[in-house]
Amino acid sequence: MKSNKVFVTLLIAGAFVGGMYLGKGQQPAPTITDSAQKIGYQGGFKKDAEPASMSKSAVKAREVEGQTLVVKPGSLIMDAVKSASPGDTIQIMPGTYHETVYIDKDDIRIIGVIEQGKRAVLDGQKKLNDAILYSGNNIVVENLKITQYKGNGIMGQAGNNFEIRNNIIVDTGVYGIFPQLGKNGIVEYNIVSGIEDAAIYVGMSDNIHVAHNHVFASVAGIEIENSRHAIVENNFVYDNAGGILAFVTPGLPVKTTYDVIIRDNFIHQNNHVNFGAPGSTVSGIPSGTGMLIMAADDVIIENNIVSDNKVAGIIITDHANAPNITIDPESDPTPERTMILNNVMVNNGYDTIDEAKVLMLSEFKQGNPDIVRVGDNTGSCIINRHQYVTVGVSDWAECNFTSTDNIDSYILDEPVAPREIHGSERGKMAYLGICTGCHTYTGRMIGPPVQVIQAMYMDNPQGLADYIAAPVKKRDDYPEMPAQNYLDEETRLAVAKYMLSVKN
Amino acid sequence: MSLRSFTLLLSAVAMLVCANLSSASESFVLSEHCPPSFEKNAQGQCKLVNMYQMYDSIENKGMGGTQTSLPPYRDGFTPQQIDLGRYLFFDPLLSPNQTLSCASCHQPQKGFADGLDRSIGILGEKVKRAAPTLWNAAFLQRLFWDGRATTLEQQAAGPLFAADEMGNTPEQLLNSLQNNTYYPDMFKQAFPASQKIELAQIYRALAAFQSSLISLNSRYDHYAHGYHQALTEPEIEGMNIFRSFVARCSECHTPPLFTNQQIAVIGTPEPAGLPLDVGAETPFHSEKLKGGFKVPTLRNIVKTAPYMHSGVFPTLREAVDFYNKGRGHAVPEGVKMYIHWHIWEPNLTEQEIDRIVDFLGALTDESLTPAIPQRLPSGLK
Repeated sequence: MKSNKVFVTLLIAGAFVGGMYLGKGQQPAPTITDSAQKIGYQGGFKKDAEPASMSKSAVKAREVEGQTLVVKPGSLIMDAVKSASPGDTIQIMPGTYHETVYIDKDDIRIIGVIEQGKRAVLDGQKKLNDAILYSGNNIVVENLKITQYKGNGIMGQAGNNFEIRNNIIVDTGVYGIFPQLGKNGIVEYNIVSGIEDAAIYVGMSDNIHVAHNHVFASVAGIEIENSRHAIVENNFVYDNAGGILAFVTPGLPVKTTYDVIIRDNFIHQNNHVNFGAPGSTVSGIPSGTGMLIMAADDVIIENNIVSDNKVAGIIITDHANAPNITIDPESDPTPERTMILNNVMVNNGYDTIDEAKVLMLSEFKQGNPDIVRVGDNTGSCIINRHQYVTVGVSDWAECNFTSTDNIDSYILDEPVAPREIHGSERGKMAYLGICTGCHTYTGRMIGPPVQVIQAMYMDNPQGLADYIAAPVKKRDDYPEMPAQNYLDEETRLAVAKYMLSVKN
Repeated sequence: MSLRSFTLLLSAVAMLVCANLSSASESFVLSEHCPPSFEKNAQGQCKLVNMYQMYDSIENKGMGGTQTSLPPYRDGFTPQQIDLGRYLFFDPLLSPNQTLSCASCHQPQKGFADGLDRSIGILGEKVKRAAPTLWNAAFLQRLFWDGRATTLEQQAAGPLFAADEMGNTPEQLLNSLQNNTYYPDMFKQAFPASQKIELAQIYRALAAFQSSLISLNSRYDHYAHGYHQALTEPEIEGMNIFRSFVARCSECHTPPLFTNQQIAVIGTPEPAGLPLDVGAETPFHSEKLKGGFKVPTLRNIVKTAPYMHSGVFPTLREAVDFYNKGRGHAVPEGVKMYIHWHIWEPNLTEQEIDRIVDFLGALTDESLTPAIPQRLPSGLK
């Protein structure tokens, strides 16, 4: 009886849509959406202004090139980093290097020199943790080969405006390339394989472009997690357990993923055995998953060639139906507004999981699923759904757009600028944040009163700035002041001026 | 010296004399100055000023790398409210038998903890959990080990009225303050618009004082602001292990506060003989959070041994070593815990563990330790 009911529903739906098949007469014709007209997506990240010139750069342009420091085999890359100043470029000659390179400075470019195919190789020998760790802004890492590290190949911690390009990363620990907590970055033309979590993992970041990468033989190919305004395009994602992921992972301080465009990728044969670490989020991904959207919002999937992924081409799930996932009252477990435009989907789902089979049974579907939606989902749409074997998307709307061609990139036209802090403000921050721990205006604390210091240095801020950099014991009744040489020269003068100007 | 500055000096001397006179009459004049690191604005409120305000962070969460802004925080209290909070904090008058103050378990010289595995309450017995540090409490979005309070004011009511902690009652607390010689006047100074002492004022004053406990000027901070000589080579090595994706410490103990303020299930053991503490499972009503606790800050961590919610690890090294022993190794048999994904088997060497401990020692900054009152309104010690 139930099947009759479904049939009637289909008939009604068919009547709405209009056309009927010729010949058999009783079946509704599918809604065919011609995407050649390219009706543009009206959502997504809005830039402040139209770019004057289409810059493909995420890092701040250099007005003056700094020094170029050349590192040869036998010397340490880290020695060059230590002596480098913002604006400098470090060229690494072909050869093998065994070290962890950490960059806690701004505007440093690490460029491997490729000579007749020979690269600078960072080899962690399965002893070292991470190859490249940066926290500075405007960092470029290019042309390296990285292998045999235990942690990550290239990891960013809160660096903005980064470019990670043309690196080969093989058999390197947990993540190949992992920018975290950064804004405005490009990851392109990298070849990453043999990674036990995600080959490329964008975590808690904004305005990201992941393009033209070749990622394979890893647990996950490309993962966009708790991030916003990301485009993943033109990548070859092959032979991973899961191809491309857009996740909200609960329990992280940044709670959302939205506005992600996954387009023009080849997502092929992601049937690798899942060798993820027990308990890791990716270890729960069924081997054979082309794309996995978990709780992420406003994800657009367009013009991908999705082939031979044995579980499904696309799985969309909420937190409740995903394995290994904890709860977080502050993160929304439901994927909202998944938008599936035209994609070429061939031979997916031929050896799918039982959960998908059960879902298909409930919809009286047969065949191998291209698209599986499980759990809660709201506001989603799809065009040309008749082309695919789907489950869980029959109540989705038709999308009212057919293309994201109108969106070129979410990279900012102007790189993220440092917060503008002027001299007096900087002086105030240092004075209140540091000096007032020992000095009060009138009273005796650990150091002498500010009034007394003012009397001594009133017309000589430079003298005071020099003194705090290298203090000497001046008074028997007070302890010697610790050097404040960790403040840079500009800040020392600013704080001296500020201290001499305070009135209470 | 100009005539004007001479006059100023005279009036300053006159003020000093006045202050002395008033202290002779033994009343308590609350400070009109903001504590160090705070600036008084036109409304008379103390606003935090710190070097980390030079930076930004993703989604303004105040988490990330070296040069990252601070998370949202509490400030804007008046100097008088902060100072009143200081007196209340140190005054045993807040417990019914006048033996315990907040500072009994949050001692300034012990990193605002108490050096015990679990604190000793009014009944003379150990309570369920260890006293957490109060340094940088202004930045916390969740309070208590199990994260059950969301404001310092909510938190304050907890230990004051818990039968096994300070064991007071709201009525008795208000009574003892109201009947004290000095407190009614001090509350009037801190809350001029109010006619009588209210519970909310007590909570607010305690919150104000705790919000002033800022520790952001350690040698690590000097490094973070760009002075790389501030750390020794072993400490830098330790920092790189700490933030590496092998050890993964900084994934949850994220700078600049060295906590990401989330609830994490890491499965530490309980001290021998103690039952399993289910932690955040209770307030959040979720089995998935069984054994979950708030990720604590690591600032001033060398001052606050022993470690973990029930003080199971006497030393910092043992606490670090816990993470090296394997995912879920200490979860009792038959208990299902959803262990955090970052807990794995990093196989750190003994030397690497030592280096992490070295680095944690560079997170110490007690330069803004407030003065302990020489004399308390209750006359108690």
